[in-house]
Amino acid sequence: MRLVVIGNGMVGQRFVESLAARDTARRFTEVTVLGEETRRAYDRVRLSAFFDGVSAEELTLAPPGVPAGTTIRLGEPATAVDREARVVRTAAGEYPYDALVLATGSRAFVPPVPGTGSPGVFVYRTLDDLEALRAHAAGRSAGIVVGGGLLGLEAANALRLLGLRTAIVEFAPHLMPMQVDAAGGAILRRRIEELGIDVHTGAGVTGIAPDGDRLAVGAGELTLGADLVVFAAGVRPRDELARAAGLPVAERGGILVDASCRTADERVFAIGECAAVDGRCYGLVAPGYAMADVVADRLLGGDATFGGADMSTKLKLLGVDVASFGATTGPLDVVYADPAHGLYAKLVLTDDARTLLGGILVGDAAAYGVLKAAVGGPVPGKLADFLSAGAPDVALPGDAQVCSCNAVTKDQVLGAIGAGCADVGCLKACTRAGTTCGSCVPLLRSLLTEAGVAQSTALCEHFAYSRQELFDLIRVRGIATFSALIGEYGTGRGCDVCKPVVASILASLGGGHVLDGEQAALQDTNDHFLANIQRDGTYSVVPRIPGGEITPERLIVIGEVARDFGLYTKITGGQRIDLFGARVEQLPAIWRRLVDAGFESGHAYGKALRTVKSCVGSTWCRYGVQDSVGLAVALELRYRGLRSPHKLKSAVSGCARECAEARSKDFGVIATETGWNLYVGGNGGFRPRHADLFATDLSTEELVRTIDRFLMFYIRTADRLQRTAAWLEALDGGLEHLRAVIVDDSLGICAELDAAMDRHVGGYADEWRAVLEDPDKLRRFVSFVNEPQTPDPSIAFTVEREQRVPVPLGMPEVSA
Amino acid sequence: MTTTITWTAVCRLGDLLPERGAAALVGGVQVAVFRLHDDQVRAVGNRDPLWGANVMSRGIVGTRGGRAVVVSPMHKQAYDLDTGACLDDPAAALPVYAARVRDGVVEVVAG
Ligand code: SRM
Ligand SMILES: Cc1cc2nc3c(=O)[nH]c(=O)nc-3n(C[C@H](O)[C@H](O)[C@H](O)COP(=O)(O)OP(=O)(O)OC[C@H]3O[C@@H](n4cnc5c(N)ncnc54)[C@H](O)[C@@H]3O)c2cc1C
Ligand code: SF4
Ligand code: FES
Repeated sequence: MRLVVIGNGMVGQRFVESLAARDTARRFTEVTVLGEETRRAYDRVRLSAFFDGVSAEELTLAPPGVPAGTTIRLGEPATAVDREARVVRTAAGEYPYDALVLATGSRAFVPPVPGTGSPGVFVYRTLDDLEALRAHAAGRSAGIVVGGGLLGLEAANALRLLGLRTAIVEFAPHLMPMQVDAAGGAILRRRIEELGIDVHTGAGVTGIAPDGDRLAVGAGELTLGADLVVFAAGVRPRDELARAAGLPVAERGGILVDASCRTADERVFAIGECAAVDGRCYGLVAPGYAMADVVADRLLGGDATFGGADMSTKLKLLGVDVASFGATTGPLDVVYADPAHGLYAKLVLTDDARTLLGGILVGDAAAYGVLKAAVGGPVPGKLADFLSAGAPDVALPGDAQVCSCNAVTKDQVLGAIGAGCADVGCLKACTRAGTTCGSCVPLLRSLLTEAGVAQSTALCEHFAYSRQELFDLIRVRGIATFSALIGEYGTGRGCDVCKPVVASILASLGGGHVLDGEQAALQDTNDHFLANIQRDGTYSVVPRIPGGEITPERLIVIGEVARDFGLYTKITGGQRIDLFGARVEQLPAIWRRLVDAGFESGHAYGKALRTVKSCVGSTWCRYGVQDSVGLAVALELRYRGLRSPHKLKSAVSGCARECAEARSKDFGVIATETGWNLYVGGNGGFRPRHADLFATDLSTEELVRTIDRFLMFYIRTADRLQRTAAWLEALDGGLEHLRAVIVDDSLGICAELDAAMDRHVGGYADEWRAVLEDPDKLRRFVSFVNEPQTPDPSIAFTVEREQRVPVPLGMPEVSA
Repeated sequence: MTTTITWTAVCRLGDLLPERGAAALVGGVQVAVFRLHDDQVRAVGNRDPLWGANVMSRGIVGTRGGRAVVVSPMHKQAYDLDTGACLDDPAAALPVYAARVRDGVVEVVAG
């Protein structure tokens, strides 16, 4: 049988996967998916993460490849449905069907006022929209978001991330009119205004007029100036194909379907945002997924029905928690408002106060999970406890929905734990819980703990998560700062363990310069001054010398700099040169000389790539079979600056004699007659380990891709300060598993890993050069904040073997 | 006999990053001044009592069991910013100096 699916959005994609999984007897031999967008389905829910540096590739929902018999035609919108002939038409051809599924989603609603077609006016729905918005925003200063609902606040945050001064214009008298009441809206407004965003409520947009290079926006009584306007004022179901084909639509739009998601035509179904089930449209992804599963079941003879959906929402918008669930007003409303702390909570109860009907939480939504699950029953605990900050400790009922994106209940999670799941990763794989927005992951974690599954991976007293879990949280939730992370997922103010870990994760994810904004305060002293602290409080300077190859001119520069600043000079074990004894206030001047001569940071201070050592190789050596120096230089330049759980070292040898000691490195390469052998997981140091042979006779291109994935997978999953050797030894399934993941793509993440590495390589910039160009950062390089010119008088040198070395400090005066 | 308490201005609050410190020379004494997350300030001795180097101002600021601490960049011992006590070695402690912010200026008493 032939099936045509129109729309390759979130729900269309879920449907194709759901059907392929169920259709084991291959009843549908030919499945054609028509997509208007030129990309395969991506995670629209996380669309805004695009502005946090998450690439379009990382947002993809489509696994590589397609199920057998399925064809996906992108950039080919359906233009008509001929129900009589049972074909779907596009500009390129005709696709006959036995069954047709419409999954065309919604379009952004733009109110019919003059000027909405002007350049600089955008909507916020597709990746293309965001790309256009970003391009237009470059170099501009102010933006307006029309709409103060969920989407509008998200768009406002995006404009902020783009560096624009932002105003929100909302027609209703308060923000988020669909979710919160006036009092909650007022508290939300204050929190948002504190972020420097202007809020105009009760103001409808009357028109937009070009004003030179800018736009003049009429909003209620006001006229606001801006460089761009984003409409985020609601969506309308895309029911145009269905209308033209004579199918009934709901009063307020949306393709009318019954509880089996079937339209008036028994061969035609509609799912997702375009569908109006019994007249009602759902603007969230979870109900869409449920519809997709219903239709997949129906098409194979099942009798599943769509039973309505939970429209509860919990979001962190602009750093403010907002949640609403169940009824938002009722017979008895109990309210707690604390404007000083930006907290608001309201519980809606039956008039005997015995049954919880719903509620609203603003500012602190920790109790959301527990309360949402309790709707329809008694308040689970003392009422007063829920009306202040934090989540009281109560047990969830078994049928409570733990993951609302994927409709997974507590009982299902417990079932999976009972069947042997021992970590969040396994729960994700077995139940799908936690795989969409990620906000339920903390709950999954606590269920594991409650079930007695040993959880000893807490990073420190401030975070109950392991480094890997924090990495996922930060990545999936698009968290950009330590305060946001600890505010939502931690306690206290952090410490010397968690702060550098989070700084490193942010850097691995491409979070800008390590000394930008709040990140500067998280760094260890070495990263803070981009140099290595020494026992007397001075620092060492290590310029990068890729592959150990250096011209005489550059060697001379290093010599001159060392001489002029009186620095002790030593050849390191990493084939480069270390200059010791620099005082904090000398570092910028030293680096200016080095940067001018073409040197850059060697990251000797960072948990990052150190060196790629090389042997001289085939260029000179009579045994060499490949250009080991050339490859070492290329690898060092590719991975320089890459922040990781621990330092990374590498080496390339030109033949099996192995003069570069590649087998003692995190990733080592040894030349063969026809290519390269790759070894991984080696270590010198405290517990030496020979690297394992991972792949043989790779071309340079294959080698680089494999190393890319190896490193990115390590960065995602290793513990804090776990070198690749220890990580590989602890990895379940060991080398074989590693091969399955990064060679055979068994987890379907290779495209993401590749994209992450591409982003790293594309985004690399020398940290020291950036500091020299930034007066704010330079100001920190002083010994004394009140006497910037004064050197630390306690630092003193003596001479040993013709060089300056520190005078030993007085013996410790206190200590056992 | 009268004791005179001298508040010395060392920098503007804005010169310090939140949850980070800087060293200041006050009457010949090296003082490590820290700005906490809530813009309160603390001042302790800049010299790591266990290792001798003047580096305390470059440590990471955070909390341990609810107490505000700075962690020595040398070997990671934590010191209570309110009492100067070393939480990892009862034998070690930092001198504590009075510190305050007035009109956006950080002032300490030391020397
Ligand atoms: C400078 C250098 C010694 C030298 O004079 O040759 C050196 C110096 C330091 N090493 Fe090293 N290591 C140096 C090569 C090595 C090597 C040899 C190599 O890389 O080929 C090793 C063994 C190989 C390995 O790492 O597997 C090495 C194994 C260590 C270890 C133990 C790591 C382990 O996994 O057990 C540490 C401690 C740590 O990182 O936790 C360490 C830590 C350090 C630190 C960063 C200690 C510290 O925190 O102060 C030293 C400060 C460097 C500075 O101030 O610039 N260094 N260190 C070498 C710098 C190489 C470079 O150019 O970047
Ligand atoms: C910024 C943003 C944030 C969001 N946040 C959340 C959230 O936190 N939680 C939540 O539950 N939901 C959220 N949503 C809503 C969620 O993304 C949608 O509910 C979900 O994407 C609906 O899936 P769908 O497949 O029905 O529609 P879509 O994902 O829009 O997919 C429909 C696809 O069909 C294509 N199409 C349309 N007409 C044709 C045609 N004639 N021929 C071929 N193709 C066609 C469209 O181009 C589109 O690619 C958010 C949406 C946005 C924009
Ligand atoms: S490893 Fe081989 S090619 Fe390289 S220097 Fe040694 S003998 Fe020569
Ligand atoms: S609630 Fe979104 S992934 Fe579970």
